[in-house]
Amino acid sequence: MNFAAILPEAILTIGAIVLMMVAAFAGRRSAGVTSWAAIALLLAAAVSLIGPPQTDGALFGGLIAADGFGAFGKLLIFLCAAVAIVAAHGWFERDFEHGAEYPVLILFSAVGMAVMVSATSLVTLYVGLELQSLSAYVLASYRRTDDRSAEAGLKYFVLGALASGILLYGISLLYGFTGTTQFSGIASAFAREGTHSLGLLFGLVFLLAGLAFKTSAVPFHMWTPDVYEGAPTPVTAFFASAPKVAAVLLSVRVCLDALAPAIDAWRQIIIFASLASIILGAVAAYGQTNIKRLLAYSSINNVGFALIGLVAGGPRGASSVLFYMAVYVVMTLGAFLCVLRMRGEDGEPLESMDSLSGLSQSRPWLAAALAVFMFSLAGIPPLFGFWPKLMVFQAAVAEGLIPLAVVGILGTVVGAFYYLKVVKLMYFDAPGRPFRKARTDLEGILILLAALFVSPLGYLLIGPLGTLTANAASSLF
Amino acid sequence: MIATLAFYLFATLTIASAVLVIFARNPVHSVLWLIVAFFNAAGLMLLLGAEFIAMLLVIVYVGAVAVLFLFIVMMLDIDFAALRSGFSKNLPFGILIALVLLAEMVLAAAAWKAGPVTEGAPVAASQPNIEAVGAALYGRYLFPFELAGLILLVAMIGAIVLTHRSRGDVRGQKISRQVDRDPKEAVRNLNPGVGEGMKL
Repeated sequence: MNFAAILPEAILTIGAIVLMMVAAFAGRRSAGVTSWAAIALLLAAAVSLIGPPQTDGALFGGLIAADGFGAFGKLLIFLCAAVAIVAAHGWFERDFEHGAEYPVLILFSAVGMAVMVSATSLVTLYVGLELQSLSAYVLASYRRTDDRSAEAGLKYFVLGALASGILLYGISLLYGFTGTTQFSGIASAFAREGTHSLGLLFGLVFLLAGLAFKTSAVPFHMWTPDVYEGAPTPVTAFFASAPKVAAVLLSVRVCLDALAPAIDAWRQIIIFASLASIILGAVAAYGQTNIKRLLAYSSINNVGFALIGLVAGGPRGASSVLFYMAVYVVMTLGAFLCVLRMRGEDGEPLESMDSLSGLSQSRPWLAAALAVFMFSLAGIPPLFGFWPKLMVFQAAVAEGLIPLAVVGILGTVVGAFYYLKVVKLMYFDAPGRPFRKARTDLEGILILLAALFVSPLGYLLIGPLGTLTANAASSLF
Repeated sequence: MIATLAFYLFATLTIASAVLVIFARNPVHSVLWLIVAFFNAAGLMLLLGAEFIAMLLVIVYVGAVAVLFLFIVMMLDIDFAALRSGFSKNLPFGILIALVLLAEMVLAAAAWKAGPVTEGAPVAASQPNIEAVGAALYGRYLFPFELAGLILLVAMIGAIVLTHRSRGDVRGQKISRQVDRDPKEAVRNLNPGVGEGMKL
């Protein structure tokens, strides 16, 4: 057994357990210490990804793989987790709500997601996914005195449990009809069958349905707006970034590794999920008055674009998905960090879109940053958000999927409307009540970095990021 | 022959009682039907030659999980007077179920002696069941097994985070103060005279 290969997970797990002991004995006062320690642990785990040589092939008897694909996903996940901890530190009221358990739960969730992106067996896939989900249910209802937060947690839990049941049913069917839980074994079983038996197809559909719930792709997106609205904003920022990366990357590995010979079977499903997500995400966001719900629909919409890259398949498609998720994560985290700054005079968090009106006059820098993120999420050309969309469409066109690309581009145009609505509110409407002055400088720096990343300056990164994603994707094939 | 018969008996009763779990109007009855379903599933495991898992099903699921369910169901708002009124009426039916379970146990023992119906997981005949399960859990599947432990840990943390609140009006135990207490200062010997009473 090669324990060096699971070093990042080991660091996070042991660190989280130690932090939990600190939290148990030092009580709520230790929230600050555990937060910074958790960020240090995430940094150490990220560094350890660079250190040991990447071993190709499966470890622990084919249960996980420590390849470049997984390493890239883990880097993104650890980044999101660290930002979620930083954001929470400034957001929760000190002493009362910001329990020291928050960073611990984020760390366990990160371990679960790290296992998800490196799973090469249905057993590890399920266990990692469940570890991530269970932490997420608790995080969603973290402000238990708030009714909406409790509702979000309950809703997420009930629907998530149902999705887990569907996923497990698919897994048991696949195991029953192939006799193995390993991705390579399932792939060879599909290749051997030629025409796939009904049992295998049922297993495939259930498995993809369970994964679609986790990526919140239409038609399994129903929970997303409610949970995103109800959960505390730093937790929502976390949900919109890290679990999405993990679930999308997991879907990529399942489809391109385990189900590779059955491409004709899963491709139509993913095409439907992707187009439905793009269209519904764009249309349903129209009437929203809550900025968190709007960003929830934006995340559904963006997952649809990422899935176009998966439909294209091959090294090019996979690398375009990785590129897309990397840029998406920065845009979304930046937008949520701006939302975190929306606080009324008494420090109460504001979420309605109306409270943004005239922001360009009261807080010009915040308005400019939010406008950059909105333009970028809409995929408007001078900004960096345009490039990953172009990449997934290019990958789709190269595979001859021109109708898919055309509908996707139309979806972008429709979706641009509501992003621009936010910009219009900020720049052309009469100013409303001013926000309270923000105290936390670190978040300001993070917003600035994210804004620079998605600004046209980001195009300088196309070279290095492109090489990184291409290398990561090539380890799948 | 007897093994096949036992299989169909167990399988039919598992499905039938599972259906009754859903259709029973009274939640307590649902849980009781669930126990019947667990017993029958344990019988199926026994037929497969997995005695250890069969025993686990009975001990863990019937002994712990189902009883916990019962506790939770009892906390629901149920009219127990209406429930108890039908006891004598339902007694024959209850005895019937008990007899069926008993017959099943006898049959299972007989069928188990007759050998497994199908080839289960390829386990060396010399290796006991528990050893095989242990080797799989702690050898090949060590990684997911440890992760499953982490999931339980998260569940515990979650339950505490969501329900624990620190209340100011509760006096906590201060062990250091208890240990530091000196018996010479804590105890006074008094000898009051007759009719004087005790002054504290």
